[in-house]
Amino acid sequence: MTYSPHTDADRAAMLAVIGVDSVDDLFADIPPSVRASRFDLPPPLTEQEVRAEMMRLAGRNRIPEVSFLGAGAYRRLIPAVVDEVVARAEFATAYTPYQPEVSQGTLQSIYEFQSLICELTAMEVASASHYDGATATAEGALMACRLTGRDRVAVSRAVHPQVRRVLATYCSGPGIQVVEVDADLGEDGTGLTDADAVSRLVDDSVACLIVQQPNMFGNLEPVADLADATHAAGALFVTLVDPVSLAVLEAPGRYGSDIVTAEGQPLGIPLAFGGPYLGIMAARMDAVRQLPGRLVGATRDSAGRRGYVLTLQAREQHIRREKAASNICTNQALCALAATAYLAALGPEGLREAAERSVGQARHLVAALGRAGMATPRFSAPYFSEVAVRVPDGARRHAALVQEGIVAGLVLETEYPELADTLLLSATELTTDVEIERLVHALAGEASAG
Amino acid sequence: MLPTDRRYSKEHEWIRPESGEGVIGLTRFAVDELGDIVYVELPAVGSTVSQFASFGVVESVKAVSDLFAPASGEVVAVNEALRTSPELMNTDPHDAGWLCRIRLTAPAELDALLDAAAYGELTGVE
Repeated sequence: MTYSPHTDADRAAMLAVIGVDSVDDLFADIPPSVRASRFDLPPPLTEQEVRAEMMRLAGRNRIPEVSFLGAGAYRRLIPAVVDEVVARAEFATAYTPYQPEVSQGTLQSIYEFQSLICELTAMEVASASHYDGATATAEGALMACRLTGRDRVAVSRAVHPQVRRVLATYCSGPGIQVVEVDADLGEDGTGLTDADAVSRLVDDSVACLIVQQPNMFGNLEPVADLADATHAAGALFVTLVDPVSLAVLEAPGRYGSDIVTAEGQPLGIPLAFGGPYLGIMAARMDAVRQLPGRLVGATRDSAGRRGYVLTLQAREQHIRREKAASNICTNQALCALAATAYLAALGPEGLREAAERSVGQARHLVAALGRAGMATPRFSAPYFSEVAVRVPDGARRHAALVQEGIVAGLVLETEYPELADTLLLSATELTTDVEIERLVHALAGEASAG
Repeated sequence: MLPTDRRYSKEHEWIRPESGEGVIGLTRFAVDELGDIVYVELPAVGSTVSQFASFGVVESVKAVSDLFAPASGEVVAVNEALRTSPELMNTDPHDAGWLCRIRLTAPAELDALLDAAAYGELTGVE
C-alpha cells in the first residue's frame, strides 16, 4: 500500500497553484547528472547475509595505525563515563523538550552545556548547540549582518577552507558578499592573517571579520589586535576556536570577541568517519535575540523549585516563522550531552592537562623531525598543538606513508597552492613518543628509498 | 473612544501629525489582538521609512508581526522606554506606548489613511 495521502487531483491542484506542469519540474534546479535515474536494488537478503556483507564492506576501510591528521577534527581521550551517560535511554530521544513538565532531565543537561560553554569562552550566552562548527560559524556571519545591518562579511584565508565553503553557501541565499582577507603565507611568512589586509578590507560596509584561533595552520593569531581593528570599523569580531585550547589560551570573551563559534567534536565526540559533530555558538547578552537556535533557561516553578524551560522561543521558527533568527539551524542534543559529560568528567584541571600535553607533544614532534633533518616549521608564528612543516616532496611521501598505515597529517597544497611541500601535523594528548618515532623513521626511510 | 487627533492605517498603526512630523503607534485594537507584548524592534534614528512598508517588528507571547509605516519620512526619535518596558504598548497604546516619530516627507500621504470613525467601523470599535 502507499502511504502518500495525496490523490492525483490533489497534486494537479497544487501544481496549478505553484504554476508548474509536473512534479518533475520542481526538481529542475538539481542537475540531471546527480539525480537518481533508477534504483537498481539487488534481491533481498537475510539478516545474516546483510551482516556478512556489511562486515565485508567494513573490512575495506583503511584504519591507520598512526595518524597525525587533525585540521579541525581531533583524536582525543574519551573517558568511558561519556558513552555511559550518552547511552542512557532517557536521553535517546528526538523529541524537542517543549513541555518542561516531562523534560527536566534533558533541559537540565542542555542548560549545563550552555553554562559550560559560557565558562570556557567567557561569553554571556550560548545556544543549545548547532549542526557543526562550520554551520555555527556561518550562522555567526548571518547574525553579525542582522546586528549591524550590513551585508558583507570578511573572513581570513587562515580559516579552515571547508568552513569558508559552508560560509559561502550560507551567504549565497541572502546575497551577502564574502570578502577573503589574505594570510601571510610567503616563504618567510608568519602563517597569520595579514594585518594590512584587515585594515584595508574591513571597513564600515563589513558586518564582521571571522578568524580562527588557533588558525588553520595551528598558529596563534594576535586576536586582541585583530579585534581592535575590527571594532574600529564598527564591525563585529567573530572567532572560530578549538574548545580544548581554551583550557590554556585566553578566553575569546576577554579579547573582544562578539560572537564565538567552535567545532565541539574534540569534547568527547569520536571521529566516527566525520560525524555527527557539534556546533557551538556563544555571544553577548545584548545580541541574544539574534542568536539562532534553542536556548534553555533556569527558572522557578509554582512551588519555588528550580526548573528549566526553553526560553526566548520567539526567536525560533514555531513563533517567528519566516522572521526566525534562523530557519536552517539544527541542534545536536546528544552530541551536546557528550560534550557536557566530557567537560564534567575532565574538569578544568583535566582539560588543561589534555591541552598542555597536546602542545608539548607537538613540540616534541617538531624537535624529532628537526633532529632527523626531515622537516622544519613552515611559518614563523607561534603554534599550538598543530604545526605546518616543510617536507621536501611532501605530497608524494604522504601518499607513500598512507600505504604503511601512517597518515602524515594533511597535504596543505590541495587547498593552498602556494604551500607546496607542506604538511599540517597535529598532536593531541594521545600522540605517543613511539608514534612520533614511527613517523620520523618512516619519513626517513621514504627519503632514502625515494 | 478612538482619539480623533490622528489618522489610522488598515494595518492598525496610528499617526498623529505635529507640525511637519508624525508620531506613530499601534492601535489598542491591534495590541489587544497581539496579547502581551514582550519585545519590539524599532528603526534606527536617521533611517527612512516608506508608507505601508515594514519598519519594525513587534513580538508578543503568541505572535510576531511586522510594523508598517502609515506614512513616509525620516525617523527623528524612537520610544526608548519600550526597550525595557514593551508592556507600555499594552497599557497605553495611544500615548505612552508610541513607537517612533518621523519627519514627514510626503504629508499628503495622510489623506490616504482612515479617520477615527472609519477605522472604528473597520475594527468594530467605537
